[in-house]
Amino acid sequence: MPALIDRIPEGRRVESHRPWPRIIVTPEAWHKVADEVAAGRATLLGLWGETASVHMAIIDETSGAIAVVTIECPDGRFPSVGRNHPPAIRLERAIQSLFGLEPEGLPDARPWLDLGFWDVRHPLGALSKAHAHEEYAFLPAEGENLHQIPVGPVHAGIIEPGHFRFTANGETIVRLEQRLGYAHKGIELLMAGASIDRATRLAARTSGDSTVAYALAFAQAVEGAQVTKVPLRAVYLRAIMAELERLANHLGDIGAICNDASFSLMHAQCGILREQTLRTASDCFGHRLMMDCVIPGGVANDLASNGVTRLGDLLKDVRRIFPKLVELYDNTASLQDRTVTTGIVRPALVRQFGAGGYVGRASNRSFDARRTPGYAPYDRLSFEVPVLESGDVNARVWIRIREVEQSLSLIERFIEQLPAGPVCTGINSIGVSEGLGLVEAFRGDVLVWIRLNGDRVVRCHLRDASWFQWPLLEAAIEGNIVADFPLCNKSFNCSYSGHDL
Amino acid sequence: MRNPVTEPAPVKDDVALAELAGIVDRAARQRLGRSLSIREIDAGSCNGCELEIHALGNAFYDLERFGLRFVASPRHADVLLVTGPVTKNMREALERTYKATPDPKWVIAVGDCAVDGGIFAGSYAIVGGVSGVVPVDLHIRGCPPTPLQLLKGLLALMEK
Repeated sequence: MPALIDRIPEGRRVESHRPWPRIIVTPEAWHKVADEVAAGRATLLGLWGETASVHMAIIDETSGAIAVVTIECPDGRFPSVGRNHPPAIRLERAIQSLFGLEPEGLPDARPWLDLGFWDVRHPLGALSKAHAHEEYAFLPAEGENLHQIPVGPVHAGIIEPGHFRFTANGETIVRLEQRLGYAHKGIELLMAGASIDRATRLAARTSGDSTVAYALAFAQAVEGAQVTKVPLRAVYLRAIMAELERLANHLGDIGAICNDASFSLMHAQCGILREQTLRTASDCFGHRLMMDCVIPGGVANDLASNGVTRLGDLLKDVRRIFPKLVELYDNTASLQDRTVTTGIVRPALVRQFGAGGYVGRASNRSFDARRTPGYAPYDRLSFEVPVLESGDVNARVWIRIREVEQSLSLIERFIEQLPAGPVCTGINSIGVSEGLGLVEAFRGDVLVWIRLNGDRVVRCHLRDASWFQWPLLEAAIEGNIVADFPLCNKSFNCSYSGHDL
Repeated sequence: MRNPVTEPAPVKDDVALAELAGIVDRAARQRLGRSLSIREIDAGSCNGCELEIHALGNAFYDLERFGLRFVASPRHADVLLVTGPVTKNMREALERTYKATPDPKWVIAVGDCAVDGGIFAGSYAIVGGVSGVVPVDLHIRGCPPTPLQLLKGLLALMEK
């Protein structure tokens, strides 16, 4: 197959876009790229707007090549990608709601993120005063004996806000429809015109559980745009933080999934390991979640003087206890009864949506941004990316278990190889420049695209892994019982804030 | 049957935590007779505060030993623990949750952005602070506040 870039029809290449190309194309060429994506010959990485243009990022999963294609839409319209490729639908609904650009042929034109509570319409585009509140039409489900269960935005647990509309036949769910946007804070507009420092802090608060991954993706985008080389020690410290974040989240999730199957012992034990991980992070880097520790140019602070010892102790503790918990999970029939064959996602659907993280890897999609396209220091050493095929809650638990083991091993090797030297360098300031970063957060790949003018952000787009996972939860739950929804939902653990922006 | 695989509970080596635990415990007994029900509401936070509120329930902090517990419905709650800058999309839900909570009730706003919108202040999409929507009895700052800071805040409310 020809290289990704050669499959994109002729267009105008934007020279200041790094490290991957951006090409401004005609509507015909845009259609062709959309067809490539719909046919599965390239994977949709992102689709986002500007005042009068729309960008589509795609990746060739075999070579790891990434490209951004842009269509200019001075008349406020662009050909819908979602028309032939369902994973693009919510992204295009969001573009329509935020920018007022119309995706021509989009099969679902209902607003997304805009729930009718803002004073303005199209806040990121040609802004206008909001219309009167319109009733949102949920998709119908017709038949005898069907009833609806509305849930949220305030949920029963300590979790983020979102609305789930279930249609059930007795206990069996026949349709779940999500309505999201309750956590929409307007991050992308706050970023426009902000200094790099302020935008870094905003990026770090896009999804608090992935603050390291977001800060890292943002830093990658800025450093790519401004051609800045990060000191090697900082590269390693970033990776240690990223793996600590993955470790803490996976430990929390494994416990919480079991808790949603009423097996609280795992929850309590995993909670202890998670807490120890956060305390270690705090001792090493000064913040339990490591917020604001990764910055463009490097890291904010060097590893604490006793950091290597603290990390070593953590690895020892987790390695002593975690295998027993894995054994407990594996040998508790009542727990397995809840997780095995529950909430199955078909591999074909995962492939079509380009769903990453444990959702993808539990359904046979091995994509991991640490490997494809790959970034330092992961490109210097080998590690396993676990993959399973059954696509159920159990598989999503096992992917996490295997990734905990991989993260422990990665942290150990990062400490061994940790080079000496400075931990931060200044960012160049080279006028208008554009960059793209792709980082593997604990739940999947996070994409950040940025346009800078000197040290100011002109436009920044952040795409959470959840965009391509949330829709699959709707598919996974079909035919399951209502009582298994919390279990399925937790096994996905999609981000609300990261999605809602 | 197998023997329990449970590891021994972690040693209370954190002097500050132990001391604080004592104070919270006494205050809770005195004021509430060992019972305070908390309903958490995420009004558009980044989820950072939720992670640390969750941590209050782990074996290290073990909130329930003080009689403080999280409940699933506002109708069972004495305290609303609200996080986030209050997005406009969550304002109505917050108001309705407040109204569904029986009197007497207290509201604690958690996190820097729950005070005045914090880093998100000025956005078209946020109200900017919990007190713009419901009366707030106490703010616990931090981004996010640590579990210890959260415990201190709950103590402050009980001694108010």
